[in-house]
Amino acid sequence: MPTKLIVDCSTGVTTEVELTAEEIAQREADAQAAAQAKADEEAAAAAKQAEKEAIAARLGLSAEELSTLLS
Amino acid sequence: MATTYEAIATVTVGSGGAANMEFTSIPQTYTDLVIKASTRTNYGTQADACILQFNSNSSSYSMIRLQGSGSAASSNSNTTNIRAVTDEDNATANTFGSWEAYVPNYTLSNNKSVSLDSVMENNATAAEQNLVAGLWSNTAAITSIKLLPLNGTAFKQYSTATLYGIKNS
Repeated sequence: MPTKLIVDCSTGVTTEVELTAEEIAQREADAQAAAQAKADEEAAAAAKQAEKEAIAARLGLSAEELSTLLS
Repeated sequence: MATTYEAIATVTVGSGGAANMEFTSIPQTYTDLVIKASTRTNYGTQADACILQFNSNSSSYSMIRLQGSGSAASSNSNTTNIRAVTDEDNATANTFGSWEAYVPNYTLSNNKSVSLDSVMENNATAAEQNLVAGLWSNTAAITSIKLLPLNGTAFKQYSTATLYGIKNS
């Protein structure tokens, strides 16, 4: 069973506690949500890059020239 | 001279790993909080991150991030969480990500801002660095802080975090 570490700042005592079934389910749900959010971020970044490259192409700039301009 | 920077508590992960680390019963006697951490997760695919969660609340977080990957710079944002980049199990063995979060005015009835810088350690081209401006849109005083992996299911042994209290006088 996975565990978590809890440190009580009022006492300084650290305890290792097994995750409950609800916490395990929540962790799995959080992991799925995080994976989706990460995929969304990467898709947004890819779309932004594609938009930059499309603009550069319309201006007749190469990828290297665009990179130089943006660096 | 008054002491203005005090270590409140430290937590270190043991041999079995830990799904998360949590500071509870945080004293309300400081002005600001600082967390300094050295972490590595069991995720085995790419750079992982460590999420900061206040008062066991998983909503109302957002962040804007400036990111370096080792070969390129970028920026992005999300409305999901506040997180520090950290090492995962595919990074160079026995290395850890290093990060620091600053949480000003954690007891006041305002939304809570977070300034966070983080780097991962990896003997390869890909090694991320992040500079994050985070916001928890909640006016409750912060009484607990939970650290949990974004993609992995556990922190590896020897991961450690220390919570500091800052007083302005």
